[in-house]
Amino acid sequence: MDAASEGDRGGLRMENIIEIKGLVKRFGDKTAVDGLDLSVRKGELFGFLGPNGAGKTTTLRCVSTLTGFDSGSIVVAGFDLLKNPAEAKSRMGVIQQQVSLDKDLTIRENMISHAMYHDIGKAERNKRIKELSDFFGLEEYLDKPVDSLSGGWKKRAAIVCTMLHHPEVLFLDEPTSGLDINARRLLWDVIKNLNDDGTTIILTTHYIEEAEALCDRVGIIDKGKIIALDDPQSLCERVGKVAVECHSGGKTDYRYFKSREEANTYASSLEGDVSIRATNLEDVFVEMTGKSVGGQK
Amino acid sequence: MSNLLTETYHVAWGDLMFFKHNFWNILVMSVMSPLLYLIAFGYGLRSGQTDIGVSYVAFVIPGIAALSSLSSSFSSTATRMNVQRLYYRSFDEMMMCPLSLPAIVLGKSVLGLLRGMLSCFLIYFLGLFLAPELVLSPLVIICILLACMVFSMLGMMAALLAKSHQSMATLNSLLILPMTFLCGTFFSVSSLNPVFQAILYCMPLTHASEIIRASALPDYLDFPWMSLVVLVAFGIAFFAIDLYLLKTRKV
Ligand SMILES: Nc1ncnc2c1ncn2[C@@H]1O[C@H](COP(=O)(O)OP(=O)(O)OP(=O)(O)O)[C@@H](O)[C@H]1O
Ligand SMILES: [Mg+2]
Repeated sequence: MDAASEGDRGGLRMENIIEIKGLVKRFGDKTAVDGLDLSVRKGELFGFLGPNGAGKTTTLRCVSTLTGFDSGSIVVAGFDLLKNPAEAKSRMGVIQQQVSLDKDLTIRENMISHAMYHDIGKAERNKRIKELSDFFGLEEYLDKPVDSLSGGWKKRAAIVCTMLHHPEVLFLDEPTSGLDINARRLLWDVIKNLNDDGTTIILTTHYIEEAEALCDRVGIIDKGKIIALDDPQSLCERVGKVAVECHSGGKTDYRYFKSREEANTYASSLEGDVSIRATNLEDVFVEMTGKSVGGQK
Repeated sequence: MSNLLTETYHVAWGDLMFFKHNFWNILVMSVMSPLLYLIAFGYGLRSGQTDIGVSYVAFVIPGIAALSSLSSSFSSTATRMNVQRLYYRSFDEMMMCPLSLPAIVLGKSVLGLLRGMLSCFLIYFLGLFLAPELVLSPLVIICILLACMVFSMLGMMAALLAKSHQSMATLNSLLILPMTFLCGTFFSVSSLNPVFQAILYCMPLTHASEIIRASALPDYLDFPWMSLVVLVAFGIAFFAIDLYLLKTRKV
Protein backbone atom coordinates (compact mmCIF):
# COMPACT_ATOMS: atom_id res chain seq x y z
CA MET A 1 0.00 0.00 0.00
CA ASP A 2 1.29 3.49 -0.74
CA ALA A 3 1.81 6.24 1.79
CA ALA A 4 -1.12 8.32 0.58
CA SER A 5 -3.73 5.67 1.14
CA GLU A 6 -2.16 4.74 4.44
CA GLY A 7 -2.78 8.33 5.44
CA ASP A 8 -6.47 7.97 4.56
CA ARG A 9 -6.81 5.31 7.19
CA GLY A 10 -6.81 8.04 9.80
CA GLY A 11 -4.00 6.92 12.05
CA LEU A 12 -2.20 3.65 11.83
CA ARG A 13 -3.47 1.90 14.91
CA MET A 14 -7.18 1.44 14.73
CA GLU A 15 -9.06 0.00 17.61
CA ASN A 16 -12.23 -0.46 15.64
CA ILE A 17 -12.10 -2.28 12.35
CA ILE A 18 -15.76 -1.59 11.63
CA GLU A 19 -17.47 1.63 12.55
CA ILE A 20 -21.07 2.11 11.63
CA LYS A 21 -22.75 5.35 12.61
CA GLY A 22 -26.43 6.19 12.23
CA LEU A 23 -27.00 3.69 9.44
CA VAL A 24 -30.45 3.98 7.86
CA LYS A 25 -31.74 1.78 5.08
CA ARG A 26 -35.29 2.00 3.78
CA PHE A 27 -37.14 -0.19 1.32
CA GLY A 28 -39.97 2.01 0.12
CA ASP A 29 -41.69 3.16 3.31
CA LYS A 30 -40.32 0.23 5.30
CA THR A 31 -37.29 1.05 7.39
CA ALA A 32 -35.15 -2.08 7.58
CA VAL A 33 -32.21 -0.49 9.42
CA ASP A 34 -33.08 2.44 11.61
CA GLY A 35 -30.15 4.53 12.80
CA LEU A 36 -27.88 1.66 13.72
CA ASP A 37 -24.57 2.37 15.49
CA LEU A 38 -22.00 -0.35 15.81
CA SER A 39 -18.28 -0.62 16.36
CA VAL A 40 -16.43 -3.88 16.07
CA ARG A 41 -12.91 -4.14 17.43
CA LYS A 42 -10.02 -5.51 15.51
CA GLY A 43 -9.56 -9.21 16.13
CA GLU A 44 -12.95 -9.61 17.70
CA LEU A 45 -15.45 -12.38 17.09
CA PHE A 46 -18.72 -10.53 17.06
CA GLY A 47 -22.18 -12.08 17.00
CA PHE A 48 -25.25 -10.45 15.60
CA LEU A 49 -28.50 -11.80 16.96
CA GLY A 50 -32.04 -10.76 16.24
CA PRO A 51 -35.45 -12.06 15.24
CA ASN A 52 -36.39 -12.71 11.60
CA GLY A 53 -36.63 -9.46 9.71
CA ALA A 54 -34.67 -7.50 12.34
CA GLY A 55 -32.29 -6.16 9.73
CA LYS A 56 -29.20 -8.32 10.17
CA THR A 57 -28.82 -9.29 6.55
CA THR A 58 -29.65 -5.79 5.39
CA THR A 59 -26.93 -4.35 7.65
CA LEU A 60 -24.40 -6.83 6.28
CA ARG A 61 -25.47 -6.02 2.74
CA CYS A 62 -24.90 -2.34 3.39
CA VAL A 63 -21.47 -2.96 4.87
CA SER A 64 -20.50 -5.26 2.01
CA THR A 65 -21.60 -2.62 -0.55
CA LEU A 66 -24.26 -4.88 -2.04
CA THR A 67 -26.82 -2.25 -1.41
CA GLY A 68 -26.67 1.48 -0.90
CA PHE A 69 -27.96 3.10 2.25
CA ASP A 70 -30.04 6.19 2.89
CA SER A 71 -27.91 7.83 5.53
CA GLY A 72 -25.15 7.20 8.02
CA SER A 73 -21.53 6.24 7.55
CA ILE A 74 -19.61 2.99 7.42
CA VAL A 75 -15.86 2.73 7.89
CA VAL A 76 -14.10 -0.57 7.27
CA ALA A 77 -10.45 -0.96 8.32
CA GLY A 78 -10.16 2.80 8.30
CA PHE A 79 -11.65 3.27 4.84
CA ASP A 80 -14.93 5.05 4.36
CA LEU A 81 -17.17 2.85 2.26
CA LEU A 82 -18.49 5.70 0.15
CA LYS A 83 -15.15 7.40 -0.41
CA ASN A 84 -12.82 4.41 -0.77
CA PRO A 85 -15.00 1.45 -1.73
CA ALA A 86 -12.25 -0.51 -3.47
CA GLU A 87 -9.85 -0.28 -0.51
CA ALA A 88 -12.61 -1.27 1.90
CA LYS A 89 -13.76 -4.14 -0.32
CA SER A 90 -10.31 -5.66 -0.65
CA ARG A 91 -10.12 -5.95 3.13
CA MET A 92 -13.34 -7.78 3.69
CA GLY A 93 -14.95 -11.05 2.76
CA VAL A 94 -18.62 -11.89 2.94
CA ILE A 95 -20.36 -15.24 3.10
CA GLN A 96 -23.95 -14.56 2.15
CA GLN A 97 -26.97 -16.17 3.74
CA GLN A 98 -27.67 -18.12 0.55
CA VAL A 99 -24.96 -20.05 -1.22
CA SER A 100 -23.76 -17.78 -3.98
CA LEU A 101 -21.56 -19.88 -6.22
CA ASP A 102 -21.92 -19.86 -9.99
CA LYS A 103 -23.58 -23.20 -10.70
CA ASP A 104 -22.47 -23.29 -14.33
CA LEU A 105 -18.86 -23.58 -13.21
CA THR A 106 -16.91 -26.11 -11.20
CA ILE A 107 -15.82 -25.44 -7.64
CA ARG A 108 -12.27 -24.75 -8.79
CA GLU A 109 -13.45 -22.37 -11.48
CA ASN A 110 -15.49 -20.51 -8.91
CA MET A 111 -12.38 -20.16 -6.79
CA ILE A 112 -10.20 -19.04 -9.68
CA SER A 113 -12.82 -16.53 -10.69
CA HIS A 114 -12.83 -15.08 -7.19
CA ALA A 115 -9.08 -14.89 -7.08
CA MET A 116 -9.16 -13.04 -10.38
CA TYR A 117 -11.69 -10.54 -9.08
CA HIS A 118 -9.16 -9.75 -6.39
CA ASP A 119 -6.33 -9.68 -8.90
CA ILE A 120 -4.37 -12.45 -7.19
CA GLY A 121 -1.53 -13.72 -9.38
CA LYS A 122 -1.61 -17.24 -10.78
CA ALA A 123 1.05 -18.82 -8.55
CA GLU A 124 -0.32 -17.28 -5.38
CA ARG A 125 -3.85 -18.22 -6.43
CA ASN A 126 -3.04 -21.88 -6.96
CA LYS A 127 -1.17 -22.02 -3.68
CA ARG A 128 -4.08 -20.49 -1.77
CA ILE A 129 -6.64 -22.75 -3.42
CA LYS A 130 -4.57 -25.81 -2.59
CA GLU A 131 -3.95 -24.68 0.98
CA LEU A 132 -7.54 -23.83 1.75
CA SER A 133 -9.19 -26.74 0.01
CA ASP A 134 -6.83 -29.15 1.76
CA PHE A 135 -7.82 -27.58 5.02
CA PHE A 136 -11.53 -27.96 4.28
CA GLY A 137 -11.18 -31.41 2.76
CA LEU A 138 -12.42 -30.11 -0.56
CA GLU A 139 -9.68 -31.54 -2.84
CA GLU A 140 -11.77 -34.30 -4.33
CA TYR A 141 -14.65 -31.95 -5.12
CA LEU A 142 -12.61 -29.26 -6.81
CA ASP A 143 -13.41 -30.26 -10.37
CA LYS A 144 -17.02 -31.18 -9.77
CA PRO A 145 -19.94 -28.98 -10.74
CA VAL A 146 -21.34 -26.96 -7.84
CA ASP A 147 -24.66 -28.76 -7.72
CA SER A 148 -23.08 -32.16 -7.15
CA LEU A 149 -22.10 -31.00 -3.63
CA SER A 150 -24.41 -30.97 -0.65
CA GLY A 151 -25.30 -27.74 1.13
CA GLY A 152 -22.61 -28.00 3.75
CA TRP A 153 -19.86 -28.63 1.23
CA LYS A 154 -21.06 -25.76 -0.92
CA LYS A 155 -20.84 -23.55 2.14
CA ARG A 156 -17.25 -24.65 2.70
CA ALA A 157 -16.42 -23.96 -0.91
CA ALA A 158 -17.98 -20.53 -0.58
CA ILE A 159 -15.83 -19.86 2.46
CA VAL A 160 -12.70 -20.83 0.56
CA CYS A 161 -13.66 -18.40 -2.22
CA THR A 162 -14.08 -15.62 0.30
CA MET A 163 -10.83 -16.34 2.12
CA LEU A 164 -8.57 -16.37 -0.94
CA HIS A 165 -7.61 -12.73 -0.65
CA HIS A 166 -6.80 -12.81 3.11
CA PRO A 167 -9.61 -10.52 4.26
CA GLU A 168 -9.06 -8.66 7.52
CA VAL A 169 -12.76 -8.82 8.32
CA LEU A 170 -15.02 -11.71 7.53
CA PHE A 171 -18.80 -11.46 7.59
CA LEU A 172 -20.78 -14.64 7.86
CA ASP A 173 -24.55 -14.43 7.50
CA GLU A 174 -26.01 -17.50 9.21
CA PRO A 175 -23.02 -19.65 8.27
CA THR A 176 -24.28 -22.78 9.96
CA SER A 177 -27.97 -22.77 9.10
CA GLY A 178 -28.89 -26.01 7.40
CA LEU A 179 -25.66 -27.76 8.34
CA ASP A 180 -25.55 -31.04 10.22
CA ILE A 181 -24.02 -31.15 13.66
CA ASN A 182 -20.63 -32.38 12.49
CA ALA A 183 -20.39 -29.81 9.77
CA ARG A 184 -21.43 -27.14 12.23
CA ARG A 185 -18.76 -28.14 14.75
CA LEU A 186 -16.20 -28.19 11.97
CA LEU A 187 -17.24 -24.75 10.86
CA TRP A 188 -17.04 -23.48 14.42
CA ASP A 189 -13.46 -24.69 14.55
CA VAL A 190 -12.76 -23.02 11.26
CA ILE A 191 -14.22 -19.77 12.50
CA LYS A 192 -12.24 -19.95 15.73
CA ASN A 193 -9.02 -20.75 13.89
CA LEU A 194 -9.48 -17.86 11.52
CA ASN A 195 -10.16 -15.60 14.45
CA ASP A 196 -7.05 -16.86 16.26
CA ASP A 197 -5.07 -16.03 13.16
CA GLY A 198 -6.20 -12.44 13.53
CA THR A 199 -9.22 -12.20 11.25
CA THR A 200 -12.01 -10.16 12.70
CA ILE A 201 -15.25 -12.06 12.37
CA ILE A 202 -18.80 -10.86 12.38
CA LEU A 203 -21.47 -13.49 12.18
CA THR A 204 -25.21 -13.56 12.41
CA THR A 205 -26.99 -16.59 13.75
CA HIS A 206 -30.26 -17.88 15.11
CA TYR A 207 -28.46 -20.50 17.19
CA ILE A 208 -27.94 -19.03 20.60
CA GLU A 209 -25.52 -21.74 21.62
CA GLU A 210 -23.43 -20.78 18.63
CA ALA A 211 -23.18 -17.20 19.80
CA GLU A 212 -22.43 -18.39 23.31
CA ALA A 213 -19.76 -20.80 22.16
CA LEU A 214 -18.02 -18.47 19.76
CA CYS A 215 -18.55 -14.81 20.34
CA ASP A 216 -16.53 -12.36 22.38
CA ARG A 217 -19.35 -9.87 22.15
CA VAL A 218 -22.93 -10.09 21.04
CA GLY A 219 -25.19 -7.40 19.64
CA ILE A 220 -28.91 -7.91 19.68
CA ILE A 221 -30.74 -6.13 16.91
CA ASP A 222 -34.46 -5.60 16.73
CA LYS A 223 -36.45 -3.53 14.25
CA GLY A 224 -33.27 -2.17 12.74
CA LYS A 225 -31.72 -0.94 15.98
CA ILE A 226 -29.14 -2.40 18.34
CA ILE A 227 -30.96 -2.90 21.62
CA ALA A 228 -28.15 -4.54 23.57
CA LEU A 229 -24.46 -5.02 23.05
CA ASP A 230 -22.02 -6.69 25.38
CA ASP A 231 -20.22 -9.94 26.09
CA PRO A 232 -22.62 -12.84 26.69
CA GLN A 233 -21.81 -12.95 30.40
CA SER A 234 -22.64 -9.30 31.02
CA LEU A 235 -25.80 -9.54 28.99
CA CYS A 236 -26.99 -12.36 31.21
CA GLU A 237 -26.14 -10.34 34.28
CA ARG A 238 -28.05 -7.43 32.89
CA VAL A 239 -31.21 -9.50 32.71
CA GLY A 240 -30.49 -11.29 35.97
CA LYS A 241 -28.05 -14.14 36.43
CA VAL A 242 -30.61 -16.58 37.78
CA ALA A 243 -33.70 -17.67 35.93
CA VAL A 244 -36.82 -19.12 37.43
CA GLU A 245 -39.04 -21.12 35.12
CA CYS A 246 -42.51 -21.94 36.22
CA HIS A 247 -44.77 -24.25 34.21
CA SER A 248 -48.36 -24.02 35.18
CA GLY A 249 -51.67 -23.94 33.39
CA GLY A 250 -50.11 -25.01 30.10
CA LYS A 251 -47.70 -22.11 29.81
CA THR A 252 -44.26 -21.25 31.04
CA ASP A 253 -43.40 -18.10 32.93
CA TYR A 254 -39.86 -16.80 33.20
CA ARG A 255 -38.51 -14.43 35.84
CA TYR A 256 -34.91 -13.33 36.29
CA PHE A 257 -33.08 -12.43 39.48
CA LYS A 258 -29.79 -10.87 40.48
CA SER A 259 -29.02 -13.53 43.06
CA ARG A 260 -29.81 -17.09 43.97
CA GLU A 261 -31.46 -16.01 47.23
CA GLU A 262 -33.95 -13.72 45.52
CA ALA A 263 -34.72 -16.47 43.08
CA ASN A 264 -35.25 -18.98 45.82
CA THR A 265 -37.56 -16.67 47.70
CA TYR A 266 -39.62 -16.09 44.58
CA ALA A 267 -39.65 -19.77 43.64
CA SER A 268 -40.94 -20.82 47.05
CA SER A 269 -43.93 -18.55 46.54
CA LEU A 270 -44.91 -20.37 43.32
CA GLU A 271 -47.15 -23.30 42.66
CA GLY A 272 -46.60 -25.78 39.83
CA ASP A 273 -43.48 -27.13 38.23
CA VAL A 274 -40.68 -24.72 39.13
CA SER A 275 -37.05 -24.86 38.12
CA ILE A 276 -34.14 -22.56 38.89
CA ARG A 277 -31.14 -22.32 36.60
CA ALA A 278 -28.50 -19.94 35.28
CA THR A 279 -29.69 -17.37 32.79
CA ASN A 280 -28.46 -18.01 29.26
CA LEU A 281 -28.26 -15.95 26.14
CA GLU A 282 -31.54 -17.34 24.94
CA ASP A 283 -33.26 -15.83 27.96
CA VAL A 284 -31.61 -12.52 27.22
CA PHE A 285 -32.75 -12.70 23.65
CA VAL A 286 -36.35 -13.50 24.50
CA GLU A 287 -36.45 -10.99 27.30
CA MET A 288 -35.15 -8.21 25.10
CA THR A 289 -36.87 -8.93 21.81
CA GLY A 290 -39.83 -11.03 22.90
CA LYS A 291 -42.17 -8.08 23.19
CA SER A 292 -42.02 -7.63 19.46
CA VAL A 293 -42.65 -11.22 18.48
CA GLY A 294 -46.39 -11.55 18.17
CA GLY A 295 -46.85 -8.70 20.64
CA GLN A 296 -46.38 -10.81 23.77
CA LYS A 297 -43.61 -12.19 25.91
CA MET B 1 -5.89 1.07 -20.00
CA SER B 2 -4.08 -2.27 -19.72
CA ASN B 3 -5.43 -2.34 -16.21
CA LEU B 4 -8.98 -2.03 -17.53
CA LEU B 5 -8.36 -4.79 -20.04
CA THR B 6 -6.94 -7.12 -17.39
CA GLU B 7 -9.88 -6.47 -15.11
CA THR B 8 -12.30 -6.96 -17.98
CA TYR B 9 -10.68 -10.31 -18.68
CA HIS B 10 -10.93 -11.26 -15.02
CA VAL B 11 -14.63 -10.40 -14.99
CA ALA B 12 -15.23 -12.28 -18.23
CA TRP B 13 -13.20 -15.36 -17.31
CA GLY B 14 -16.04 -17.27 -15.67
CA ASP B 15 -18.30 -16.60 -18.64
CA LEU B 16 -15.57 -17.77 -20.99
CA MET B 17 -15.41 -21.05 -19.06
CA PHE B 18 -19.18 -21.28 -19.36
CA PHE B 19 -18.81 -20.79 -23.10
CA LYS B 20 -16.16 -23.48 -23.24
CA HIS B 21 -18.21 -26.00 -21.24
CA ASN B 22 -21.27 -25.47 -23.41
CA PHE B 23 -19.58 -24.91 -26.74
CA TRP B 24 -21.43 -27.51 -28.85
CA ASN B 25 -24.74 -26.60 -27.35
CA ILE B 26 -24.13 -22.96 -28.03
CA LEU B 27 -22.98 -23.69 -31.55
CA VAL B 28 -26.16 -25.54 -32.42
CA MET B 29 -28.33 -22.89 -30.82
CA SER B 30 -26.44 -20.12 -32.58
CA VAL B 31 -26.93 -21.54 -36.01
CA MET B 32 -30.47 -22.81 -35.64
CA SER B 33 -32.56 -19.68 -35.69
CA PRO B 34 -30.65 -17.74 -38.34
CA LEU B 35 -30.80 -20.84 -40.52
CA LEU B 36 -34.55 -21.09 -40.08
CA TYR B 37 -34.98 -17.43 -40.93
CA LEU B 38 -32.87 -17.92 -44.02
CA ILE B 39 -34.90 -20.89 -45.20
CA ALA B 40 -38.27 -19.35 -44.37
CA PHE B 41 -37.68 -15.84 -45.65
CA GLY B 42 -34.87 -16.30 -48.12
CA TYR B 43 -36.26 -19.26 -49.98
CA GLY B 44 -39.78 -19.90 -48.79
CA LEU B 45 -41.31 -16.52 -49.28
CA ARG B 46 -39.55 -14.60 -51.96
CA SER B 47 -37.06 -14.97 -54.67
CA GLY B 48 -35.84 -12.90 -57.54
CA GLN B 49 -34.33 -9.44 -57.68
CA THR B 50 -34.61 -6.56 -55.23
CA ASP B 51 -34.69 -2.94 -56.34
CA ILE B 52 -31.04 -2.45 -55.46
CA GLY B 53 -30.14 -5.05 -58.05
CA VAL B 54 -29.16 -8.04 -55.92
CA SER B 55 -30.99 -11.28 -55.27
CA TYR B 56 -33.28 -11.31 -52.25
CA VAL B 57 -31.06 -13.90 -50.60
CA ALA B 58 -28.09 -11.55 -50.85
CA PHE B 59 -30.28 -8.80 -49.44
CA VAL B 60 -31.64 -10.80 -46.56
CA ILE B 61 -28.46 -12.47 -45.30
CA PRO B 62 -26.91 -9.29 -43.90
CA GLY B 63 -30.32 -8.57 -42.37
CA ILE B 64 -30.34 -11.97 -40.69
CA ALA B 65 -26.79 -11.35 -39.47
CA ALA B 66 -28.00 -8.08 -37.96
CA LEU B 67 -30.96 -9.67 -36.24
CA SER B 68 -28.75 -12.47 -34.94
CA SER B 69 -26.44 -9.88 -33.47
CA LEU B 70 -29.43 -8.55 -31.60
CA SER B 71 -31.15 -11.73 -30.52
CA SER B 72 -28.03 -13.70 -29.73
CA SER B 73 -25.96 -11.01 -27.99
CA PHE B 74 -28.89 -9.52 -26.16
CA SER B 75 -30.31 -12.74 -24.85
CA SER B 76 -27.00 -14.39 -23.92
CA THR B 77 -25.88 -11.46 -21.85
CA ALA B 78 -29.30 -10.81 -20.37
CA THR B 79 -30.06 -14.43 -19.51
CA ARG B 80 -26.71 -15.23 -18.00
CA MET B 81 -26.66 -12.06 -15.96
CA ASN B 82 -30.19 -12.57 -14.78
CA VAL B 83 -29.43 -16.07 -13.64
CA GLN B 84 -26.24 -14.97 -11.89
CA ARG B 85 -28.02 -12.07 -10.26
CA LEU B 86 -31.35 -13.55 -9.24
CA TYR B 87 -30.65 -17.27 -8.82
CA TYR B 88 -26.97 -18.00 -8.26
CA ARG B 89 -26.26 -14.68 -6.55
CA SER B 90 -22.75 -14.99 -7.84
CA PHE B 91 -23.23 -11.54 -9.32
CA ASP B 92 -23.35 -10.17 -5.77
CA GLU B 93 -20.10 -11.95 -5.04
CA MET B 94 -18.50 -10.15 -7.91
CA MET B 95 -19.92 -6.80 -6.88
CA MET B 96 -18.30 -7.19 -3.46
CA CYS B 97 -14.87 -7.38 -5.04
CA PRO B 98 -12.70 -4.38 -5.76
CA LEU B 99 -13.41 -4.20 -9.50
CA SER B 100 -14.01 -1.04 -11.48
CA LEU B 101 -17.49 -0.60 -12.88
CA PRO B 102 -16.38 -0.08 -16.51
CA ALA B 103 -14.53 -3.40 -16.29
CA ILE B 104 -17.70 -5.06 -15.05
CA VAL B 105 -19.80 -3.62 -17.90
CA LEU B 106 -17.25 -4.64 -20.50
CA GLY B 107 -16.44 -8.00 -18.96
CA LYS B 108 -20.04 -9.00 -18.58
CA SER B 109 -20.65 -8.09 -22.23
CA VAL B 110 -18.00 -10.44 -23.52
CA LEU B 111 -20.15 -13.58 -23.51
CA GLY B 112 -22.91 -11.87 -25.51
CA LEU B 113 -20.33 -10.43 -27.86
CA LEU B 114 -18.83 -13.86 -28.52
CA ARG B 115 -22.13 -15.62 -29.00
CA GLY B 116 -23.42 -12.85 -31.23
CA MET B 117 -20.29 -13.01 -33.36
CA LEU B 118 -20.58 -16.76 -33.58
CA SER B 119 -24.18 -16.53 -34.81
CA CYS B 120 -23.48 -13.71 -37.24
CA PHE B 121 -20.39 -15.23 -38.78
CA LEU B 122 -21.88 -18.69 -39.12
CA ILE B 123 -24.77 -17.29 -41.13
CA TYR B 124 -22.58 -14.84 -42.98
CA PHE B 125 -20.09 -17.46 -44.09
CA LEU B 126 -22.94 -19.60 -45.31
CA GLY B 127 -24.22 -16.52 -47.11
CA LEU B 128 -20.90 -16.06 -48.90
CA PHE B 129 -21.52 -19.38 -50.67
CA LEU B 130 -25.18 -18.76 -51.39
CA ALA B 131 -24.94 -15.19 -52.62
CA PRO B 132 -21.88 -14.25 -54.67
CA GLU B 133 -22.71 -10.55 -54.38
CA LEU B 134 -21.70 -10.55 -50.69
CA VAL B 135 -18.15 -9.61 -49.75
CA LEU B 136 -16.12 -10.20 -46.64
CA SER B 137 -14.14 -7.11 -45.72
CA PRO B 138 -12.72 -5.63 -42.52
CA LEU B 139 -15.62 -3.18 -42.58
CA VAL B 140 -18.15 -6.05 -42.43
CA ILE B 141 -16.33 -7.50 -39.45
CA ILE B 142 -16.18 -4.15 -37.68
CA CYS B 143 -19.89 -3.54 -38.27
CA ILE B 144 -20.89 -6.95 -36.92
CA LEU B 145 -18.59 -6.59 -33.94
CA LEU B 146 -20.00 -3.18 -33.15
CA ALA B 147 -23.59 -4.39 -33.41
CA CYS B 148 -22.92 -7.37 -31.14
CA MET B 149 -21.23 -5.20 -28.53
CA VAL B 150 -24.04 -2.64 -28.56
CA PHE B 151 -26.74 -5.28 -28.15
CA SER B 152 -24.79 -7.12 -25.51
CA MET B 153 -24.68 -3.96 -23.42
CA LEU B 154 -28.40 -3.50 -24.09
CA GLY B 155 -28.91 -7.01 -22.72
CA MET B 156 -27.02 -6.05 -19.60
CA MET B 157 -29.24 -3.03 -19.20
CA ALA B 158 -32.34 -5.20 -19.47
CA ALA B 159 -30.96 -7.66 -16.91
CA LEU B 160 -30.15 -4.88 -14.47
CA LEU B 161 -33.61 -3.39 -14.84
CA ALA B 162 -35.53 -6.66 -14.70
CA LYS B 163 -37.01 -7.47 -11.32
CA SER B 164 -37.75 -11.05 -12.30
CA HIS B 165 -37.42 -13.54 -15.09
CA GLN B 166 -40.97 -12.74 -16.14
CA SER B 167 -40.27 -9.09 -16.76
CA MET B 168 -37.43 -10.14 -19.05
CA ALA B 169 -39.83 -12.24 -21.08
CA THR B 170 -42.24 -9.32 -21.38
CA LEU B 171 -39.49 -7.01 -22.52
CA ASN B 172 -38.46 -9.60 -25.04
CA SER B 173 -41.84 -9.83 -26.68
CA LEU B 174 -42.64 -6.12 -26.51
CA LEU B 175 -39.36 -4.71 -27.69
CA ILE B 176 -36.91 -7.25 -29.00
CA LEU B 177 -39.21 -9.38 -31.12
CA PRO B 178 -40.82 -6.45 -33.02
CA MET B 179 -37.36 -4.98 -33.57
CA THR B 180 -36.18 -8.30 -34.97
CA PHE B 181 -38.74 -8.31 -37.75
CA LEU B 182 -39.25 -4.65 -38.53
CA CYS B 183 -35.89 -2.94 -38.34
CA GLY B 184 -34.75 -3.32 -41.93
CA THR B 185 -33.86 -6.95 -41.51
CA PHE B 186 -36.22 -8.55 -44.04
CA PHE B 187 -37.24 -5.52 -46.06
CA SER B 188 -35.81 -2.13 -46.77
CA VAL B 189 -36.95 0.57 -44.37
CA SER B 190 -36.89 3.13 -47.18
CA SER B 191 -39.87 1.46 -48.82
CA LEU B 192 -42.10 2.39 -45.85
CA ASN B 193 -44.12 5.52 -45.20
CA PRO B 194 -42.18 8.38 -43.56
CA VAL B 195 -43.80 8.18 -40.12
CA PHE B 196 -43.05 4.50 -39.80
CA GLN B 197 -39.55 5.13 -41.10
CA ALA B 198 -38.97 7.79 -38.48
CA ILE B 199 -39.98 5.38 -35.74
CA LEU B 200 -37.74 2.62 -37.05
CA TYR B 201 -34.76 4.96 -37.28
CA CYS B 202 -35.03 5.41 -33.53
CA MET B 203 -34.18 1.73 -33.09
CA PRO B 204 -30.56 0.66 -32.94
CA LEU B 205 -31.22 -2.48 -34.97
CA THR B 206 -32.29 -0.44 -38.00
CA HIS B 207 -28.89 1.20 -38.05
CA ALA B 208 -27.15 -2.10 -37.47
CA SER B 209 -28.99 -3.64 -40.45
CA GLU B 210 -28.12 -0.69 -42.65
CA ILE B 211 -24.41 -0.70 -41.93
CA ILE B 212 -24.02 -4.46 -42.07
CA ARG B 213 -25.92 -4.67 -45.35
CA ALA B 214 -24.11 -1.74 -46.94
CA SER B 215 -20.72 -3.08 -45.90
CA ALA B 216 -21.64 -6.50 -47.25
CA LEU B 217 -22.83 -5.15 -50.60
CA PRO B 218 -20.39 -2.32 -51.29
CA ASP B 219 -21.01 -2.45 -55.06
CA TYR B 220 -24.71 -1.87 -54.67
CA LEU B 221 -25.13 0.41 -51.64
CA ASP B 222 -23.43 3.52 -50.31
CA PHE B 223 -22.13 3.10 -46.81
CA PRO B 224 -24.38 5.03 -44.37
CA TRP B 225 -21.75 6.65 -42.16
CA MET B 226 -24.49 8.41 -40.23
CA SER B 227 -25.93 5.06 -39.15
CA LEU B 228 -22.49 3.99 -37.95
CA VAL B 229 -22.25 7.14 -35.86
CA VAL B 230 -25.75 6.61 -34.48
CA LEU B 231 -24.98 3.00 -33.54
CA VAL B 232 -21.78 4.05 -31.79
CA ALA B 233 -23.81 6.66 -29.94
CA PHE B 234 -26.28 3.98 -28.87
CA GLY B 235 -23.35 1.93 -27.64
CA ILE B 236 -21.97 4.80 -25.58
CA ALA B 237 -25.42 5.49 -24.17
CA PHE B 238 -25.97 1.85 -23.16
CA PHE B 239 -22.52 1.73 -21.59
CA ALA B 240 -23.27 4.85 -19.58
CA ILE B 241 -26.69 3.57 -18.50
CA ASP B 242 -25.17 0.24 -17.43
CA LEU B 243 -22.59 2.09 -15.36
CA TYR B 244 -25.31 4.19 -13.81
CA LEU B 245 -27.47 1.18 -13.01
CA LEU B 246 -24.57 -0.67 -11.40
CA LYS B 247 -23.65 2.35 -9.37
CA THR B 248 -27.13 3.04 -8.06
CA ARG B 249 -28.16 -0.57 -7.63
CA LYS B 250 -30.90 -0.53 -5.03
CA VAL B 251 -31.54 -4.20 -4.38
N1 LIG C 1 -35.04 -6.24 -1.08
C1 LIG C 1 -35.93 -5.91 -0.14
N2 LIG C 1 -37.06 -5.25 -0.47
C2 LIG C 1 -37.95 -4.90 0.48
N3 LIG C 1 -37.83 -5.16 1.77
C3 LIG C 1 -36.74 -5.83 2.17
C4 LIG C 1 -35.73 -6.24 1.23
N4 LIG C 1 -34.75 -6.88 1.90
C5 LIG C 1 -35.14 -6.88 3.20
N5 LIG C 1 -36.33 -6.26 3.35
C6 LIG C 1 -37.03 -6.04 4.62
O1 LIG C 1 -36.13 -5.53 5.56
C7 LIG C 1 -36.33 -6.11 6.83
C8 LIG C 1 -35.04 -6.68 7.36
O2 LIG C 1 -34.70 -7.84 6.61
P1 LIG C 1 -33.38 -8.66 6.82
O3 LIG C 1 -33.28 -9.62 5.71
O4 LIG C 1 -32.26 -7.71 7.02
O5 LIG C 1 -33.68 -9.42 8.17
P2 LIG C 1 -32.79 -10.47 8.93
O6 LIG C 1 -32.51 -9.87 10.27
O7 LIG C 1 -31.63 -10.87 8.12
O8 LIG C 1 -33.81 -11.68 9.08
P3 LIG C 1 -33.55 -13.27 9.00
O9 LIG C 1 -33.17 -13.66 10.37
O10 LIG C 1 -34.88 -13.78 8.65
O11 LIG C 1 -32.52 -13.54 7.98
C9 LIG C 1 -37.42 -7.15 6.66
O12 LIG C 1 -38.62 -6.62 7.16
C10 LIG C 1 -37.52 -7.36 5.18
O13 LIG C 1 -38.85 -7.59 4.81
MG1 LIG D 1 -30.95 -12.62 7.26
